[in-house]
Amino acid sequence: MAAVRDYDDIPGTYVFDGRRAQQGYHLNMFCMSLNAAANRERFQADEPAYLDGYDLTPQQRQAVLDRDWLGLLQLGGNIYYTFKLAALDGLSMQDIGGAMSGISGGEFTQMMIDGGRPVDGNRRVGESRPGQTS
Amino acid sequence: MTTVVGGIGTSHVPAVGAAIDNGKQDEPYWRPYFEKIQPAREWMAAQQPDVCIVVYNDHASAFSLQLIPTFALGVAAEFQPADEGYGPRQVPPVLGHPELAWHLAESLIGDEFDITIVNEMDVDHGLTVPLSVMFGEPDAWPCRVIPLCVNVIQYPPPSGKRCLSLGRAIRRALDSYAGSDADSLKIAVFGTGGMSHQLQGERAGLVNVDFDLAFMDELIAEPDVGCLRPHTAYIREAGSEGIELVMWFVMRGVLDDDVDEVFRMHHVPTSNTSNGLLILQNA
Repeated sequence: MAAVRDYDDIPGTYVFDGRRAQQGYHLNMFCMSLNAAANRERFQADEPAYLDGYDLTPQQRQAVLDRDWLGLLQLGGNIYYTFKLAALDGLSMQDIGGAMSGISGGEFTQMMIDGGRPVDGNRRVGESRPGQTS
Repeated sequence: MTTVVGGIGTSHVPAVGAAIDNGKQDEPYWRPYFEKIQPAREWMAAQQPDVCIVVYNDHASAFSLQLIPTFALGVAAEFQPADEGYGPRQVPPVLGHPELAWHLAESLIGDEFDITIVNEMDVDHGLTVPLSVMFGEPDAWPCRVIPLCVNVIQYPPPSGKRCLSLGRAIRRALDSYAGSDADSLKIAVFGTGGMSHQLQGERAGLVNVDFDLAFMDELIAEPDVGCLRPHTAYIREAGSEGIELVMWFVMRGVLDDDVDEVFRMHHVPTSNTSNGLLILQNA
């Protein structure tokens, strides 16, 4: 597997390739278990005890407990899996989209209504944004 | 031999399903979208397809990282709505067409498309939302459905070129179908997902309307060119989840080379997504 990929220069984007799949397998399979209502109840009743059943790294375990949505991606989580945890907390995709990009869920929702995050200035790391002088 | 009545490209946004299920279609946020898609629903009602082949992706519902088929064809008589982590959608069960689905499986594998055959799976919003978009809220879906599930979650997904070729192989299979109902069978095919959107990371919320509209134009006029777009170009220009658009090429491949655009709709936003709906018919 190539060490560097041609998508690695896309900012703020965690492509779920084989590298991340290896890193995040158990983390994502924990999230997958939340598809079953009985598991959701067990997790909510005692989160640390439930997490003992999954082979998470200490960092992954803490990110789950902290609901660190960006950290979960950086530790190998896939958004479709981590969203199951967010939904259990009653959060929307706008809420965690905001959390991952440093704004509130309400601000994120308004950004989408206003046309979304523009691609200009967001294609490559270091790319200057329109209107930027330097 | 069956008749292909049309191809539908549509986003499969879960929030659209939730808006329908929770009666929010008349709210200010949702009304413009539902007004825009009304002509598509009227077209669909007039076509009355007997079978819809729905090309979609599973979102950690029936499949997980444990097993990741690139192409999986549902051959069952019935598929239940999946619990995706917050309870299943309250929509009718999806009834399959096992005889045609098995013919597709045999024909495709004979044609060197080594698809996975699935006898039991639940279907998530990727499949049920497009049905809701086109059919609204019937007590039972008015057609049989053959699910064709494509992996676009675990990178890399199949190429656009492979998807276009698969669609053409499906068309050959439909043309050679000799089942008891073959002469009267009307088929519609859905390519779902997209359009530009990114759910994850600091770049979440990315939308690229210029890309979306150009994608539609190219899909119609030059699919053999459009299908060559590299995965990184989708991610960079249309967001990490915009790569779902490769599935629209399966739909395009089922149709003739020459098609007419019957209907086009584009709307921003639905939830975190640039929403598109395109209907094509053989010219």
